[in-house]
Amino acid sequence: MSGSPTASERDTDLTSRSAAGLAAAVRSGEVSAREVVDAHLARIEALDGSVHAFLHVTADVARARADALDAQRRSDGPESLPPLAGVPVAVKDVLCTRGVPTTCGSRILEGWRPPYDATVVSRLEASGAIALGKANMDEFAMGSSTENSAFGPTRNPWDLGRVPGGSSGGSAAAVAAGFAPLALGTDTGGSIRQPAALCGVVGVKPTYGRVSRYGVVAFASSLDQVGPFARTVEDAALLLEAVWGHDPADSTSIPTPCEPILPGLQRGVAGLRVGVVRELTEVDGIQPEVSAALEQAVKLLEQAGATVDTVSVPSAVYGLPAYYLIAPAEASSNLARFDGIRYGLRIVPGDPGSANAAAMNGATRHAGFGAEVKRRIMLGTYALSAGYYDAYYGQAQRVRTLIIRDFDRAYKHFDVLLSPTTPTTAFALGDKVEDPLAMYLSDVCTIPTNLAGAAAMSIPAGLDGSGLPIGVQVLAPGLGEAVMFRVARALELGFGFGAMAARGGPA
Amino acid sequence: MSELTREQVRHVAKLARLDLSDDELDRFTGQLAGILDHAARVSALDTEGVPPTAHPFPMVNVLRPDVPRPSLDRAEVLACAPDAQDGRFRVPRILEDEA
Repeated sequence: MSGSPTASERDTDLTSRSAAGLAAAVRSGEVSAREVVDAHLARIEALDGSVHAFLHVTADVARARADALDAQRRSDGPESLPPLAGVPVAVKDVLCTRGVPTTCGSRILEGWRPPYDATVVSRLEASGAIALGKANMDEFAMGSSTENSAFGPTRNPWDLGRVPGGSSGGSAAAVAAGFAPLALGTDTGGSIRQPAALCGVVGVKPTYGRVSRYGVVAFASSLDQVGPFARTVEDAALLLEAVWGHDPADSTSIPTPCEPILPGLQRGVAGLRVGVVRELTEVDGIQPEVSAALEQAVKLLEQAGATVDTVSVPSAVYGLPAYYLIAPAEASSNLARFDGIRYGLRIVPGDPGSANAAAMNGATRHAGFGAEVKRRIMLGTYALSAGYYDAYYGQAQRVRTLIIRDFDRAYKHFDVLLSPTTPTTAFALGDKVEDPLAMYLSDVCTIPTNLAGAAAMSIPAGLDGSGLPIGVQVLAPGLGEAVMFRVARALELGFGFGAMAARGGPA
Repeated sequence: MSELTREQVRHVAKLARLDLSDDELDRFTGQLAGILDHAARVSALDTEGVPPTAHPFPMVNVLRPDVPRPSLDRAEVLACAPDAQDGRFRVPRILEDEA
């Protein structure tokens, strides 16, 4: 058979292209935005029944947006199109989308349609990118497997019996499966980088305050940060540059201008100093293939002209325990807003005529929250309660200072740091559901960056013996995104994963 | 550091306005004790004289121009509420046994 490709071959081609490639094709007129969107929606239709990356697909809105962009190209010319015109994106369900259900993976918000858009969602739209729907997640971003979603788990496109990681597991799986070349997630303790590693895609946790949190349903406000998923390092930079920058609506967003990433992306790493963090590399239970991938990353960077040495960040080993005091403490406060009064679920126990508000609060939260959210609210309330505050929460905040100081010391000698993203590749569904502490340990390498407020990203570094993706983490000081991406790009070239990652996903 | 009892867990749940079933109380008592044991490792570090960090980049007095602008539409916001009446959120009674 020769001649023109069939419709399904055409769709497969479009759903394996990069965001940069799709934007260029739409601009040049090779394909319409509508064709791009239809190809991705068709793939979702065919395969998301088994992956379950999406909680809600906004097919009609996405097609209408694509048609509008195509009409704009015809009337005003290709130069009038915004940079990401026609590029599909999956949006984590923790981001408010006006008039579109936003559940955070929780029963307590089932059916809620926010009356406003998150700033990142507005900026996404202004960039021409087209949201295809809301991605599944661990309830209120609490979890490392997406099994804590009240609406059922997402499955890893590389092996449907395994977890995609979490909490942004739906976003990571959507990109790995070819449902969208880009996705937005949030990272409070590793919730972008860990699923990116487990799904074989690029995932970036920007500097705290670099991306607006306005309209992001809060989990731990001093740690939460929005960031991109993509199949290439360049695509991740494109999406980050589309949404980042100061936002007057978020008083914690950093007012200084962003140093652009893309102009220096190909500059290479010659002369850069790279430190391998001993405490994040010699972790208990690390899979030998993960250690081997890190050694390979070191060799690749040395071959590309960087100098690599090991460095100690001694207090990093206290990152996990400090995080499990600070994050739940902030969560217990943030989640107090889910009280059955202004939005979401309300359960009134007993006779409605005699019920009081406090009983309604308790019954609503009992019925609306899942087990992990309840555990974290309890942990946080306990850590903040009288008699325990100083020993738990206060001490964790002082340890946070020590972690920041240790990183500052390391960055006096190194431009970026390196570590595994996760100790192991994707684990089986159900493996860690009954053991919260074992689940928490999968974030041991990612958490210190959140406590420090710094930047870090995970990039694919090959496959283990079972064919599962391995991630390597590049860490940078606060506002060090440009140098971090340069190193990630050098590793991408070295590992040669660009084409491989796109093939991830069910056959 | 943590001698967590079922009664303490019940008390904390009350503080958090979170009803728990007997089964949840049993399960959480064991699980929370295990997690707190791990978290208590932070006490191993000497933090004498170390100031706490509440926020990675402390910013104070973040100001914006004091210009009136539209807020969210009241009807749209109240449409999200479980119950509303006369332009307000409606809740079950707050005070006990009063007319």
